[in-house]
Amino acid sequence: MAGEATQVIDKAELWGGGRSPFSVSYGKMMMWFFLISDALTFGGFLTALAFQRHHLADEWPITEEIFFHFPFTHAHLPLLYVALMTFILIISSVTMVLAVEAGHRMDKKGVVKWLAWTVVGGAIFLGSQAWEWYTFIAGPDGLISTSADNASLASNPYGPQLYADFFFFITGFHGTHVLSGVVINLIVLIRAMQGWYEERGHYEMVEKVGLYWHFVDLVWVFVFTFFYLI
Amino acid sequence: MERDDIIEYSLHAHHSEEDGKKIRKKIFVVTALLSIITAVEVGMGIIWGKSALDPEGWQWASIKFAFIIMTLIKAGYIVMVFMHLGDERKSLRNVILIPYFIFIVYLLFILLAESTFIHSVKELMGWV
Repeated sequence: MAGEATQVIDKAELWGGGRSPFSVSYGKMMMWFFLISDALTFGGFLTALAFQRHHLADEWPITEEIFFHFPFTHAHLPLLYVALMTFILIISSVTMVLAVEAGHRMDKKGVVKWLAWTVVGGAIFLGSQAWEWYTFIAGPDGLISTSADNASLASNPYGPQLYADFFFFITGFHGTHVLSGVVINLIVLIRAMQGWYEERGHYEMVEKVGLYWHFVDLVWVFVFTFFYLI
Repeated sequence: MERDDIIEYSLHAHHSEEDGKKIRKKIFVVTALLSIITAVEVGMGIIWGKSALDPEGWQWASIKFAFIIMTLIKAGYIVMVFMHLGDERKSLRNVILIPYFIFIVYLLFILLAESTFIHSVKELMGWV
């Protein structure tokens, strides 16, 4: 981890161009490039949200008055479920970083254990997201029907249509990232269990999918603030 | 794909059991920090939410500002510690962060300026 930034790279390990840019491996650098482009997409979403809600400020709904439901209870708990989802995602990010750390010690058991917990955390988050969507779509009366009192891309019982559109696009796009992250983590978990990385001599693949998983968490931190809190 | 089997870069990343303990401790400290910030955010959202304060007043403006600061702190810890960007070469860190920040800050500035203008036109025309 800390070592690679200072290490002098051996001639035999250089890339095809005779250099090793930034002393990182090819795969890791490409993951960073991908994450930058993905961050620009999310940045586009969130700045577009800022643009619309700023000039629609008078009619924009108050989030606490929409997201106050909590599963298995009828209590009025504004934002608490979203906060719990945020917490779950942060914890799954922590288990991921522990898996990476175990990989650096070539501790196969540790990698498998922490990666498995990461997958579990991601799955819980996805389930919560599905529940959140159901509750949002059902609208204030809490019933899914075909009439106009359900939220969709074409109707929004809470206020401006754009509010529902941004909700579906931002959380949907993020949820898609979580879904693919869970699938990728699962694949790496299975390979780790089979001993692929042990044989290869390093667990860098865990680090690379870890970057993606942390990014998903990072985006949610911003979505939580700019969609729900503000 | 075949470059993935070159192990030398990644072998540099290996560390001992001793270092592992230190790194795990750091991870737990950061975890606690992220959880506390999230809890504070939610608490502030409930106590001084948009529904409780005048959305035009300075109180809500400062709460909003505090939310943004706390979010940036959380993001910084995630990127620098969890994503290990703080341990990479400085040049890689700059290549990733600086262009992104310049672009997003510019975009945000231009969109908010335009949004304010649209709002003022709507007010002028009596549409709001």
